[in-house]
Order: sequence, then C-alpha cells, then structure tokens
Amino acid sequence: MIAAVHLSLGEVVAALALVAVAAAVSIWRRADLERDLGIAVVRSFVQLTAVGYVIQAIFDSDSLWLVAALLAVMVAFGSLTARGRARAVPGATWPIVIALSVAGLVTLGLVIALGIFPARARYLVPVGGMVIGNAMTAAAVALNRLADEISSGVLRIEATLALGATAREAARGAVTRSLRSGMITLIDSTKTTGVVFFPGTMVGMLLAGARPLDAVRLQLILLWSLLGSVALSSVIATSLGYRGFFTAAHQLRER
Amino acid sequence: MLRGVSLRLGDGATALLGPSGAGKSTLLRLLNRLADPDSGRILFRGEDIRALDPRELRRRACLVPQLPAPLPGSAADNVRFGPSLVGRDVSVERSLELAGLSRSYADRDASRLSVGEQQRVMLARALALEPEVLLLDEPTSALDEDAREGVERTLADLVARTGVSMVVVTHDRGQASRLASRIVELAGGRLADGPAGVAAP
Ligand SMILES: Nc1ncnc2c1ncn2[C@@H]1O[C@H](COP(=O)(O)OP(=O)(O)OP(=O)(O)O)[C@@H](O)[C@H]1O
Ligand SMILES: [Mg+2]
Repeated sequence: MIAAVHLSLGEVVAALALVAVAAAVSIWRRADLERDLGIAVVRSFVQLTAVGYVIQAIFDSDSLWLVAALLAVMVAFGSLTARGRARAVPGATWPIVIALSVAGLVTLGLVIALGIFPARARYLVPVGGMVIGNAMTAAAVALNRLADEISSGVLRIEATLALGATAREAARGAVTRSLRSGMITLIDSTKTTGVVFFPGTMVGMLLAGARPLDAVRLQLILLWSLLGSVALSSVIATSLGYRGFFTAAHQLRER
Repeated sequence: MLRGVSLRLGDGATALLGPSGAGKSTLLRLLNRLADPDSGRILFRGEDIRALDPRELRRRACLVPQLPAPLPGSAADNVRFGPSLVGRDVSVERSLELAGLSRSYADRDASRLSVGEQQRVMLARALALEPEVLLLDEPTSALDEDAREGVERTLADLVARTGVSMVVVTHDRGQASRLASRIVELAGGRLADGPAGVAAP
C-alpha cells in the first residue's frame, strides 16, 4: 500500500540549512534562542535515530511482546510528561497512567478487532504512538482545566457540599467542562482538516509516493480512532482526577 | 486559626460575634465538617461529628455561606437540589416563603438575582432540607437597613414557626442581641466571652 522511500543522510543534513535560517533570525532579532535551537537539533537527531533503530529491531523481530514493551514505555513517558503539565492536580499520576493505558488498549484493540489493521508490529507501533501521544495531551489539557475550574469554583463547590452533596456531585460541572476542553482541540482540528492544514500522516504518505485517496483513507481512519482515544483519556483522567481535590469526608482539600 | 475554643451551643439562637478575621466563618465550617480541626473534638447531640456521615451531618446542620453561591438554574432548581440528593420532593413555594421570598421568584434565574435576593435563595435552599440547625454566616452583610430588618424578622419568625436552632455569625452587636438569646464572642481565634463547655449545637 505504501511505496517505500529511501533518504540518505546527505538529504537530512541539507535540511539543516533551514535550521541555519532559524538561528540567523534568532541572532539578528536577539531572541536568544540559538542555544535552545542547538539543543533541539541535537536531541531530535539522537532521539529519533535511537527510536529508529529500536523500531527497526522490533519490526525485524515482529514480536508482539516487544511491541507491548515499547507501548508500555510510551505510556510511562507520556504519563510523566502529562503529570508535569498538570502539576496543580493532587495525586494525578494514577489517573493519567490509567487514562493513557486504557485509551491505548481500547483503541488498538478495536482497530485490530474491526480488521482495520493486522496485529503486526509495523502497524501497532506507529498507531500506538499516535494514540498514546494524543491521549497524553488530552489528559494533560483536561486535568489542567480541572485544576482551574476547581480553584475558581471553590465557593460554589463548598456551597454544594454544604447541602449534603458528595464530592462527585459537587465537582460534576467542573469535571464536565474539563472533559470538554480535553476533547475540543482534536474535534476542532478534525473539522478543519484538509482545508486549513494537512495532517501529518497524509503528508507523510503523499511524500512516500502513495495515491492521494489512500493517504486520505488512512488519515480518516487515524483521525477517527484518535477521537475515540482522546475521549476515553479525557473522561478517565477527569473522573478519576477530581478525587485528588477532595478528602474522604467530602471536603475540599486545603492547599 | 482557632485555639482553645470550647463552648456548648444549646437549642434556640446563638450569635457568634467578633471582628473580621476572628475565625467566625472558620468555626462554622468546623461545625458541618467542611473542614476539620487539627486537634479537638466537636460533638453534635452528644456524638462526635467524625462518627457521622458528613453528608447527613450537613443536612442536619446546614450552612448558609457568607457569600452567595447560586447553583446554575432557577431559584426553584436551587431549592430542589439538596432534597433531590436524597430523593425527596419539596414545596418550593413554602421554602421560598419561609426565607421571605414570594413564589414569583421560583422561576427566576438565580445567578441574575440581586445579592440580597440570592442570600435569601441560599436560605431557602437550606430550609428545604429541614435542618435541625441553621449555620448562618453573616446573612445580612450584603443588605441595606430595610432589607436587613426584613431578614431579621424572617429569621425570628423561622425560629418561632419551625423550632429550628440557629448559629448566626455577625459583626453587629445590635443584630446579635436582636436575634439571639446567647452571644458568643470570638477575637483572634479565641473565645472572648461566653460559657465554657464542649461544643454541641
Ligand atoms: N483555608 C485557610 N487557610 C489559612 N488561613 C485561613 C483559611 N481560611 C481562613 N483563614 C484565616 O483565618 C482567619 C479567620 O478567618 P475567618 O474567615 O474565619 O474570619 P471571620 O471571623 O469569618 O472574618 P469575616 O468577618 O471577615 O468574615 C483569617 O485570618 C483568615 O485569613
Ligand atoms: Mg467570615
């Protein structure tokens, strides 16, 4: 389905010319970003090359155990990153880990069960990476929003608790709005996809020489699967994450 | 913030008096377990409140907060919310009327009412739970003199009609003596005056 392309290191090095443009802009306007640019270039080269070899090895072995191990590592790093972005949420680690794992498992499971992709490393690794990456962003955005909603809604939440509501009932509005904010970005970009921007998969497939219609079909499959995984991740992260703000006695935790 | 406070709150109306920052709101929040003390005990009818279901406690000793915090929806939605949590139905009109609001308020959007009207809706939705004790945090702070007298009359009426007990926080010594048979004074987190004993509304 996908025509193979082969790029030499020379072509990759040539792309550094554009990095030089970025460095020139930074120096010229004294944006003081040269150091960060340098770090970004070196890190992207090292990390992607390393990942390339790992993935190559996993493709060669075609072992589902290795695939599972790689996906577990992605969940772990994704959780750490999301945890760092949602620092205002007490005890967010487990909600995030569960959100990413469930979103990944369910999405990949469905995609395989429906016969969209075969259960092979070549498909599971890239799709899994996308799913977990998007689930991570959604969980971080939703939990961040949850922290904002709760700190701006203290009066109403406590007034609701004072009427004999449980923590869950008192947090319901905040949880719903956070869930929405976790999902809305992808929904909006799905609405404008192809009109305002070309999504990455499609770009990659076109560059690799695929027929445009194939590129579109694969992109649709991925976008629609991501909608499901982002929804799962947001709903799990928020409906487990709100508990961190409350005590067992249905009190808002002091902070 | 509160230290060495030991008091017994009997039936009827008690006023909690003291300057800003004295810890009056904090004490009310301890009484319905919106917060817990670092040390010490609070008894309600002889039982440690930590042994009660906090939700049940909050229905029996219901707090009307210092700042109005209406839930989304109409005044009637606000009144129905508490009882609906335990599957009870209420007469919205009766609750509004007890709080001094006419039935015409039932369908008005609570968030668009004046602060004084909102405070009365907060009172009405607490009354809908038929609590044994009302914990009122400065129920007239947002009101002009006329409206304040109206609320004071409403509260006096309420005690007479329903037999509910009250703890009323106020800055105003005059209001304290008009509303309450007992006055407890707080200053800087300590009792300034008042009977000693174990707290038990
Ligand atoms: N969650 C909290 N953490 C730390 N300090 C707090 C907290 N809540 C209140 N305080 C402090 O405790 C003191 C007592 O506050 P409280 O709200 O009980 O006063 P108050 O007597 O109700 O005053 P006012 O008449 O202004 O409402 C204040 O100095 C306040 O800043
Ligand atoms: Mg106060």
